[in-house]
Order: sequence, then structure tokens, then C-alpha cells
Amino acid sequence: MLPAPFDYHAPETTEETLALLDQLGDEGKVLAGGQSLIPMLKLRFASPGHLIDINRVQGLDFLDERDATLRIGPLFRHKAAERSSLLASRYPVMAEAARQVADPIIRNRGTIGGSLAHADPAGDWGSVMLAMDAEFVLRSKGGSRNVKARDFFSGPFGTTLQPNELLAEIHIPATRGRSGGAYMKLERKVGDFATVGVAVHLQMDDGKVRSAGIGLTAVGPQNIKAEKAEAALRGQALDDATIKEAAALAAAAADPTSDQRGSVEYKRNVVRVFTERGLKRARDRAREGARG
Amino acid sequence: MAIETPLKGFIGESIKRKEDDRFIRGKGNYVDDIVLPGMLHMAILRSPFAHARIHSIDTTAAQALPGVVAVVTGKLLEQHKLAWMPTLSGDTQAVLATDKVRFQGQEVACVIATDPYVARDALPLIDVGYEVLPAVVDPSKALEPGAPVIRDEKEGQTSNHIYHWEAGNKGKTDDAFAKADRVVSLETFYPRCHPSPVETCGIVADVNPATGHATLYMTSQAPHAHRTLFAIVAGLPEQNIRIVSPDIGGGFGNKVPIYPGYVVATAASLLIGKPVKWVEDRSENLISTGFARDFHMKGEMAMRNDGRILGIRVKLLSDNGAFYADAQPTKFRAGLFHIVTGSYDIPAAHVVADGAYTNKAPGGVAYRCSFRVTEASYLIERLVETAAIELDQDPAELRVKNFIQPDQFPYKSATGFEYDSGQYEKALRLALDKVGYDELRKEQAEKRKKGELMGIGIASFTEVVGAGPGKHYDIAGLRMFDSAELRVHPTGKAILKLGVKSQGQGHETTFAQIVTEELGIPAADVEVQEGDTDNTPYGLGTYASRSTPVGGAATAMVSRKLRDKAKKIAAHLLEASEADIDFDHGKFFVRGSPSKSKTIQDVAFAAYTNLPDGMEAGLEGVTYYDPPNMTFPFGTYLVVVDIDRGTGQVKVRRMVAVDDCGVRINPMIVEGQIHGGLAEGFGIAFMELITFDEEGNCLGSNFTDYLLPTSWETPKFETYETVTPSPHHPIGAKGVGESATVGSPAAFVNAVIDAVGHLGIKNIDMPVTSDKVWTALKEAGAAE
Amino acid sequence: MNRSITATVNGEKVSTEVEPRLLLVHFIRERLRLTGTHIGCDTSHCGACTVLLDGVPVKSCTVLAVQADGRQLTTVEAIGAGQLHPIQKAFKEEHGLQCGFCTPGMMLSSFALLADNPDPTEEEIRWALSGNICRCTGYMNIVKAVRSAAVQMKQAAAVPAGAVAGS
Repeated sequence: MLPAPFDYHAPETTEETLALLDQLGDEGKVLAGGQSLIPMLKLRFASPGHLIDINRVQGLDFLDERDATLRIGPLFRHKAAERSSLLASRYPVMAEAARQVADPIIRNRGTIGGSLAHADPAGDWGSVMLAMDAEFVLRSKGGSRNVKARDFFSGPFGTTLQPNELLAEIHIPATRGRSGGAYMKLERKVGDFATVGVAVHLQMDDGKVRSAGIGLTAVGPQNIKAEKAEAALRGQALDDATIKEAAALAAAAADPTSDQRGSVEYKRNVVRVFTERGLKRARDRAREGARG
Repeated sequence: MAIETPLKGFIGESIKRKEDDRFIRGKGNYVDDIVLPGMLHMAILRSPFAHARIHSIDTTAAQALPGVVAVVTGKLLEQHKLAWMPTLSGDTQAVLATDKVRFQGQEVACVIATDPYVARDALPLIDVGYEVLPAVVDPSKALEPGAPVIRDEKEGQTSNHIYHWEAGNKGKTDDAFAKADRVVSLETFYPRCHPSPVETCGIVADVNPATGHATLYMTSQAPHAHRTLFAIVAGLPEQNIRIVSPDIGGGFGNKVPIYPGYVVATAASLLIGKPVKWVEDRSENLISTGFARDFHMKGEMAMRNDGRILGIRVKLLSDNGAFYADAQPTKFRAGLFHIVTGSYDIPAAHVVADGAYTNKAPGGVAYRCSFRVTEASYLIERLVETAAIELDQDPAELRVKNFIQPDQFPYKSATGFEYDSGQYEKALRLALDKVGYDELRKEQAEKRKKGELMGIGIASFTEVVGAGPGKHYDIAGLRMFDSAELRVHPTGKAILKLGVKSQGQGHETTFAQIVTEELGIPAADVEVQEGDTDNTPYGLGTYASRSTPVGGAATAMVSRKLRDKAKKIAAHLLEASEADIDFDHGKFFVRGSPSKSKTIQDVAFAAYTNLPDGMEAGLEGVTYYDPPNMTFPFGTYLVVVDIDRGTGQVKVRRMVAVDDCGVRINPMIVEGQIHGGLAEGFGIAFMELITFDEEGNCLGSNFTDYLLPTSWETPKFETYETVTPSPHHPIGAKGVGESATVGSPAAFVNAVIDAVGHLGIKNIDMPVTSDKVWTALKEAGAAE
Repeated sequence: MNRSITATVNGEKVSTEVEPRLLLVHFIRERLRLTGTHIGCDTSHCGACTVLLDGVPVKSCTVLAVQADGRQLTTVEAIGAGQLHPIQKAFKEEHGLQCGFCTPGMMLSSFALLADNPDPTEEEIRWALSGNICRCTGYMNIVKAVRSAAVQMKQAAAVPAGAVAGS
């Protein structure tokens, strides 16, 4: 399997990148980590006329927390997330998701931003971003706009990202107070897409839930934010009954299809089980420490 | 500092592998590494449909693409009588489709180009006019009257039925069932899986237009047999064909058949006059080359209430795909399935097998298994587990009750095999002991009270390997013997050439060690050569765990032949009578005076310099070994699993494997073979699957869907041995390559069923995926 | 449109023209004739094509050759240049390979693992190698080999430099 021909551009600045995107429109495709895009080119599922490789643009691989915001650059790779002590201590849902994306070699190269722009409904990061209520900065030659994760995804492999736009930055509200998270993933083997994934992100105040985020992977046409389950948790103490209720609501929010990974009923059940387990794990983590 | 005596490589010594020095430096030489001057590249256009009539093929646009040298279609091949080729089972297979396509992924046309990327670019430019026909994907439905006839091009073929075959004795078996207290039955499907060596199949075909000599560098597990078949298919004189099978990146049976790509690349090289390379990509490998299993089995055991098995009755239906292309001995249409009585003394057995054509890729059917032995072993071991649950008996003790006893060997089975040797209870007891069986059963009982699911699975398999004898077993008419040629040079260094062909099994080391054992030449001084048909004696190749039983025996026999001559030379050198010469570990000495001795190296030198009068010079020979019987390796595998009731996930906690493959030549290599087989058995049991939708689209056409276990999922293996030599093998070895793949799937599945059997769950077919387990638990009212 | 690239491959500078679509693995195998890097799948699963790009393991079937411009590439051929690396020795000693096809990729992943974590547990090794598929060994002896290499490398590092020079 070999790719069809294309033209290749390797801009060195974001401005150059945006100019190329503007100029090439539909024909241009951004190459970040390439770990989904290049296999698609090889299988000839995608044949863009031009690739715009952003790997030579300096300064896009950042992760920092300032002004109550965690900021992530478009070339921040899965491996960096896996290794980040900041994420491990304050954003466990991200740290856990990072180490479960694809396989270790793919993680060396693949990026969070690329994964989000690819918008595979079985992608892990979309759910994490939904759970964390992230916002994406989409830049174009003409300007910049911010889009909430919940407004970003539009069906399988679909986003509101325009052909002339670059997913230039990810903004996540920094955790405050006691927080905890978990990413639960059922995969048939390392390197498989998720059968089901559940991202949980909790922030607690005085033993009660200040905010809860739950994102679901691979159980719908896109990553799903389980908003009713989140709402049911807000302001509650996390007793087992509350967790059970939220888990049932998350399962109801799932909209899976039957395939070789399992039936609709099965996947929905795993969403329920994982939400329950994930919430418990997140709760325990919030109790243990992780004060922001 | 103590100086360690370096190991010479006698039998039983785990010397390091000779072949590794090149592999760890990246200096192996695989087919895709071969580049010849002027070499062209071939890509294959494959059918998107499972069943369709071809109305037209327009290659104009493809041919016009710069860099494209030729486009080959079935029509072109037809002119050279090459559109069809014989299969290993005496059927025919389309090389390139002319009338119809019969499975998704079937070869339709080939592009030959100067660059592999260009060859790929040209494929979508070929315009094929298809009329889609209804696809037949279920073998039972394929046999129903009125089903579309897939092989309508065959004279007299009016249905999709391929063969009917029986073994054992129906009358005796019916009697046993009439006398039984109860009948235990199990209907199970051993799904289609695929060997998937990490290296795919490929060829570099180099036909010299001036001389007609064809040199074919091929991923071949059986280069000699392939050469003969090539001679027959292509009509080339056999002496003009040289097949070179270089380093092979794993085979597991996938590289036994001849594939259309090999034939077209060779034909193209002949017609164009330049070397042509074709190397499959992974999807091509998965959708079109030798799959395995796809066997529907119904087994019944007639039992006494005390647990004795009186008889077994089996009905089989094999799904062979569109062409009957099993690598199978001619007389045995279901292979060696009649090993289904396993390790048990079952007085009566009857096996009925039928084969059906479907719109799927042809086999193969091998995957680290000799001729349906895996399916048979799986069925009997699953049946015994079923019986243990139904009779509420301990599955280990139920086995012991039925084992063939050591004093019953040689044992004649109800289906006609003569088992060479075995100590089944010893192997089982060792496994039980090592795993701590009684403790685990206690733990299981405790867990069960708490609603936790834990299972202990056992498989006490016996397999049958090492085919021939040639009078019973053949491939495409070629008798299954094998060969070794040994040449000892004046300095005492040797070259050993074999008719078998390693794909990673370590032949260069193991077979050198047999020479060491028999002649005393250190293994480091024995160069082992395989794979080049111009340079090695004729043999049937490496599959079905036959290399050590047959090629290894040939090596021992040829070494002994040379030893006999060497003894004569030694007597001459020592001025003693031949009858007074003893041989031990590479030294010839006069009986009673061990100080008077000559080494094998002295003798080798004398063979070229100082011979007794009248003796021919040299120290070399060749042996073609036809085994008197097969060998019967056995063992017990024990698996402990924990099951998550919320997700259905099965976690393998322990895997204990006791193998008895007779004498172990290089224990390190033997253990490595077992590890690999266990991992593949684990993959088959839990994740590897090729299946099809109703239209015959292959689901499992790349590694996204065809799942291979990684280091993370693969359990740790605890391996142990017992040694029961084969009495008829020159060095008592039985062959080990496939034991673990044959025996382990049943152990894994039995462990799962052992965990859930008390809930009324009788069977979960492989692959035992978490959704299947959870669904079964749900139906039993036991899921979280 | 072809592009010219310059990369440092196994310590040597290489300059050439490539088609943008050329995969790094083909550049390595076909152009440079470094055939120790293998191809086992089309979908970035098997890891047979693993090489080090600026010291980091990547699947060279999932990187474009043009992306190697200005970068350092290390293939299996460089690991064993001169005398064998402890990882190579350990793979042989512990029987961590059979057909040899996955071995170069497996060794390069191990190499990067040990550079990062000189004393990995068995679990950590299994985790780190889970992007490389082996069909022959069942991974048992590969894990053993990496553990053994770790011990060897640690011992070698513990020997004072003078002792090595003097021996």
C-alpha cells in the first residue's frame, strides 16, 4: 500500500502555514504527527493534493498552565503527555488517556491536536477534551476564533474546523481545589481502537462535586459529552447511589452501533460500568490529594 | 577465573543459534531484500466482489501510464495455458480470473512497472466490468439445493460439494453409543484464522530469456515441491528451474501453497525478459493467501456414568473457500483429523467429513498445525471439559480415568493410528503440581461464593506429526520423505544440506547438533544449507512439525553412514580391526586402549589423504529418510483465568505448559518454539479472526481488524518438560513446532468455560472476545 | 515535484532527491539499501520498520522520507557497527529471536527503552515493546533479553573508564 502523489510544503512559521492553508483550501491537509493521516494516504482512503507539514514550525509543542488555563500546542505529542509530571499530578484523565493511545511507537510521533482534528469517533482525546470542557483556538489567515470542544465535533471524522484553519491551541480550564480524573478504555489489544472509552474529570469543593465532566469514546458518530450524567453529579456528594445514577445516564447518552467489537447492549453496558468505575477512581484521587 | 568449556553442541546442549549473528545485525536476506539489475515491480488488481462475472477488462489507461511496462490479464495467461493452475489438493485455481471472480481479493490483473509506486498508481486505471452475483458465505447453505454453483467452470460440478470422507468404524461406534449411560455433545466452530507471519509472501522471478533458466527467489516452505509443481504448471523443464528460498520471516504454513502472484511474476519475467519482483502487502496476505481452520464440528461422546468414554462420533463441515487448495495428504481429505481420540483410550470412533466451496479465499488451512490436528485436538479437549461439567467430575481426574496407559504403547487407535509412545498422566500430574491445582480449586470455590469468576482450564493433547511414511502420505502425489546430504571436508569441517527449510526454527543450529552427536564434529564446524533447489537434496519441506522427525532423522542416518566409513578408515589408521574400534564423542579408539585413538578430524583428513586400499576417497553421503511411522508428541497445558463480569474481559493469570516432544536436541530452541506456539494459540483463542459479511466482504483484511497479540496481552508462560522418546526415531525426537498451537486453544477456552460452566454456559466459540463472554453471562443472569 | 533532502543516516550525511510521497522505510530500504529495516504491514501495527528518528523510535512506514530532512536516522545496521551492542548480544544469548524479521525493530525499541529507563521491570518492558509484533517467540525471551541487556549495560557503566582502557 503506497500513497498517491501529492505536493509537500514544510512551512517554518505559523503565518506561513496559515497562508498556505488559505491558498490551498480544500486541497491542503495539515500533517502533524501523521499517525492517522499517513496510513490513510497509503490505503488511498485520502488523497489530498497538498500536505502542509507543520513539524518544522518552532514552538508548537508546548504545554503550560497559566492564567487558570492549561494550554497545549498542536505539536504536543502523546508521548510528551504520557511523560508530563504536570498532567500526572493535576490532570490524571489526560495522563491516563495518553498512555492508552495507540501503541508506544505511535505515541512518539502522534499529536493530541492532530488526533482532535482527525475526529475519529473512536479517538481518545475528543472524549477527554469534552470531559475537561476544553476550548480550541482555530486560527486562519484572517483571524482566530475559539470553539468549545462540544461544538467542535460534527459526526464521524467531521469537525467545524474550516479548510483554511489551523487548530492552533487547546485551552483547558485549570483545575482548582481537589480534582481527580480517570480514563477507562476497553481495547481488544494494544494498538486497537477503543471498543469503549470513558473519560472522567471531577472537581470537588468540600466533598461535593463542583463540576463533573464525562466524555464517551467510540459509542456514537462522534465523541459524546454525557451532559445529563454530568448535571446529575453537580453539587452532589459522590456516594455510590449518585455514581450509579450518573453511570446509567452516561449509558443512556451512548449511541453505539453493533460491530465486531460488540453489540449495542454490550457497549452501553461497558459505558455504564466504566463510568461507575471511573467516577470512583476519580473520587478517590480527588480525596487523596491533587489540590490545585 | 574458571574457564568454561565451550559447548560443542551435543544433543541436549542449549548452544546459541548460528543464524542469529546475521539477524541481530540486520543482515538477514529475505526475498524483499533481493534486488536484481533491471528488476521490474508487480502489483495485483484484486476483485472487490466475492462473486461476480467479468464482462470486460480494459487496460488501456493503465498501460498508458508512464513507467508501466505491461498489464497481464487472465486472457493473456490463457494464451499460454496459464490462466489456471493445479492446487495442492488436486483441484484447480484461477491464476488470474477469466470468467468469474469467486472471492473478494481474487487476482484479476497484474501491472508490471519500473517502480512499485507506479505499479500501484496503475491499478485503479484498469477498468473491469463486473456483474455481481449472489455470494455464498455459509458452507451449510452452500450445500443446499439451489445454491449458486461457485465452480460452474468445472465439468460435472453441479453443486458446491467438494469431498466426503470417513474414518473409523461406524458399526462399532453405534454399538458404543447404544451401550452408553449418557451422551455428551458439543457443537463448535473453529473459526477462520490466518498464520500472518510478519513477513508477507513474495517472489523475485528471474527468467533468462536466452537460456530459459528460471531462478525464483521465493518465500517457500517447500522449495523442492514447489519446483516440481512449477515445472508442471509452467511446462518448464525442471532442471531449468531453480527455487531459492532465502531467509524466511516466519511461515506457520502460510508459505506452503503456490500463489497466483508467484506464477504471474514468473510468466511476466519470461515474457518481458527482466526480473520481476512481487511482494504482497499485508491486506493481500490476509485476504488471499492460505488461511486456516474454518471448520464446523459436531462431536458426541458415549459415556458411562463413571466417566469412562466408550466412543466418539464426529461430524465435520469444512469451509474451503472458492478453490480446494488445502495442503493435505491425498488420501486424507480432512487431514489427520482422526487423531480426534486424543490422549484417551476410546474403543470406538467414527468421523464423517464434508467439504464445501464458498465465496471466500482458498486455503492453506495450515497455521502451525499439521493437517487438521488442531481442530481435532480442540474438539476432544473441549468435549472432555463438557463431560467434566455435565458429570460433575474434576476435569483432571476425568482425563486420568481415560488416558491411554504407558504399557499400552504402541497403541492402536480406533481410527487407525499407531501411537509410538506416551506418558500422559505423568505430564498432567507435573502440570497440576506446578500450577498448584488443589489450592487453585479452593480459591475458585471461595471466589465463587463471592460471585467472582475464576477458571482453570486443562488440555492434555496428543498430536501426530512427522509425515510420512511416504506410502500413506503425500503432497500433490509427492511422497513425504525427507533428505540430508553431508560432506565432511579434509580439515574435518562439514556442510550439511537438507530438503527441509527453516522459517525461524533454528535448523542451522539444531541439525548441526545432530551431526555433532553422531560424528563429534562441533556444531560450529557444521554449516547447514537449505532452500536452494540446485544445491540441496530433494525433500518435501518444512511444515506439519516434520523437520526434526523426518529431516532430523535423515541427518542422523547420513551421519551414521559416514561414521561407518570413518570407522573403517580409523581402523586403518590405528592398525586395528574394524570390529575392535569403538566410537565416542568424536573419537575412534581401539577397544580396551582408549589412549590409542583418532579424532573424527584425523579420519576426515585421511579420507582424502590416507585411505585403506580399495576404498573410495571422500567422506560424504546422502540419505532419503522415509519414516516408518508418525510421531506423537503430547503434553498438558493449564490455564488460569479471571473474568470481569462488567466487561466480560478475560485475564489470563497463569499458563503452565508441560510438553513431551521426546528427546530435545537444543532445549533452548525447543522452549522457544513452545513459547511462540502458545502465543499464537492465545491469539487464536482470544482475538484472531477472519470473518465475512453476508456479501462476502472480508472483515479482517488488515492488522486493524485481524488482531495479533502484542507483548502486553500475551501471558507469561511457565514451561516444563517430560521426555518420552519416540522408539522409532533414530534419536528419539518427535517434533515440537506445533504442539503449543495445537494444544493451547482448548486450554484457554476450557479455562473460560470452567469459570462460567456452573452458570449453565456450555460453550463460547473462539475467538473468546469480551463481548461474547459478557453476553453469555448476561443470558445466564450473571453479568454486572 | 521532487524535493532534495539531507539526512544523517547512521552517522553519515546523505543528500538526495525524493518524491514527497516516498515513505521513509522505502528511502531506507530501496535508496540506501539498508535492508535490515523490514516491512510487515500497511497500517502501522507491526513495528518491523521501526527506526530511530533523532533517537526516538518511529514506524518508518508512517513517516515520509521528506520529513527526515535535516534529521538523524539510526537503523539496526548502526547498532552493531564495530562490536555487538549488549542488546544484540542479549537477543542472541537469551534466544530473543527466531525468524529475525521483527528483530531489528524490536531491538531499536529496546534500545530507546533502555536509554530512557535503564532498569525496567518486566511489565515496563512488555509495555514499551507493545508496538512491535513478533509471531515467533511469544515475547518471553525478548523480555528476558531486554532485562539481561539492562543488567549488562549497568555493569558496563559501573566499570570505571580507566579499567576498560587498561584491559
